[in-house]
This record gives sequence, structure tokens and C-alpha cells, in this order.
Amino acid sequence: MSLITRRSTLLLGAGLTATLIAVDNSAATPAEADAAIAKFTGGKAAQNGKIAIDLPEIAENGNTVPLSIAVDSPMNVDDYVSQILVVGDGNPNPGIVEFHLTPMSGRAEVATRIRLQTTEHVIVIAKTSTGKLYREQKVVKVTVGGCGG
Amino acid sequence: MIDKPRLRVPSEAKKGDIIQIKTLVSHPMETGFRKDQNGKIIPREIINTFVCTFNDKEVLRVDLQPAIAANPYFEFTVKVEESGTFAFAWTDDNGTVTTAEQSITVS
Repeated sequence: MSLITRRSTLLLGAGLTATLIAVDNSAATPAEADAAIAKFTGGKAAQNGKIAIDLPEIAENGNTVPLSIAVDSPMNVDDYVSQILVVGDGNPNPGIVEFHLTPMSGRAEVATRIRLQTTEHVIVIAKTSTGKLYREQKVVKVTVGGCGG
Repeated sequence: MIDKPRLRVPSEAKKGDIIQIKTLVSHPMETGFRKDQNGKIIPREIINTFVCTFNDKEVLRVDLQPAIAANPYFEFTVKVEESGTFAFAWTDDNGTVTTAEQSITVS
């Protein structure tokens, strides 16, 4: 038994060292996230609302966090959501994903699985074909980060 | 070689229906932020673009960053007006393109 204990202690030690080396906490700052958003919006202010974000309040595993976005839009040729930008202010890179939709999309509803490094804001900006901008954000508490290790 | 992508596309629909599509492709989505045991950074290797077309017209395009989880999964909708074929293409940093197709009968 003592051998096993010693071995598991060694393994645990090695594991901890590996984790310490692997995780590089060079997270994006809220300022970098704002810069990414400004690039997308062209510096124009986005209105709140119209966007529903579905994200867990607490993500035990930051490696795969389910994200659903629905934007209220007629989605016809004259007025549709053309782009949806997703940004995180605590990831090594603020950009997470960008969707380009068309009137053929029928509904402005998309879902995917994202990585979150730490407890952070997930910010969604939607741009319509008529030039309107909408913004919504949600905080996700992350137990184990999903970018470094 | 990447495994065959998994698709969920209805085989039939009525004209004007909004259908839901789900896609999943196997890929490690190596972030470029991780280090190996020797402290060397493992190079970034991700799928950076996903495109869905219907009868050769682009329906959806996605620009992916390393913050998309391994084995990228997408769910989205399409309004169908005619029978045709959906084509899906995933492009990674090496320029490797993985494709899949699925047809639908619209009545």
C-alpha cells in the first residue's frame, strides 16, 4: 500500500507541475474585448436587447460550454441579421466566433460549443442588413478553464 | 484523416419551412496557447472557416477562433423553398478542406 501511495503522490506532483507549466494566463482584458467589438461595429453604439443568449451560469468545464443565440429579426431580404460576433473578455484572444447569416437562414438562431478560460463576460453583437447593431452579454462562472490546459 | 462529419438534416420538408441543421466534425482545435511537457508551445491548428451552401448559394458562413471547442458543433436554421442539396465545408489552418453533402426533398 505504501508503494501505491508513494507512486500516486509522485504522479500527483508531476500532474500539478504539468498544469502549472501548461496554463499561461495571458487573458484578454476588457479593453481588448472592447477593441474587437469596436472593429466589428465601426465604433458605432449598439442598442441593448433583441438578443437572447443561452449559456450556463456555471461551467464546470471551460473546454466545452454550450452557447445558443437567438436574435429577434424578420430575416427577410429587406431586413435580416447579417453578422453575429461573439467575444469573451477573459480568453487569451477576445474573439470567439463570428456568424455570417443570410435571408435564407430563416431565423437568426445559432448554437455551438465554446471554450472559456476563466469566469468572464460573453458578449454578443448582432449587425443587421439595415445597419442596426444590438448587444447583449452574460457572465459565465468557469470552474476549470478551457484554453491553457 | 478527419472522420466523416456528422450531419442532421431532415430528408423532407414543405416549401417555406424553416428547418434546423446540426453538424459536427472531428478536429482537435489546437489553440496555439498550450505548451507540451518541455514548455514548447504546441502550434495552432484549428478549423478557421465553416460554410454551408444550398444549391450553391451561401446560407451560412462561420469564422472560428481557437475558442471554439474541439470537434466543432454548429446548429442553425435554413428556410427551404425548393428541393436541393446542402453542401458543407470545413477549412483548417493547413488548408485541408473536409466536405459533406445532404439532399432534401421539398414539396
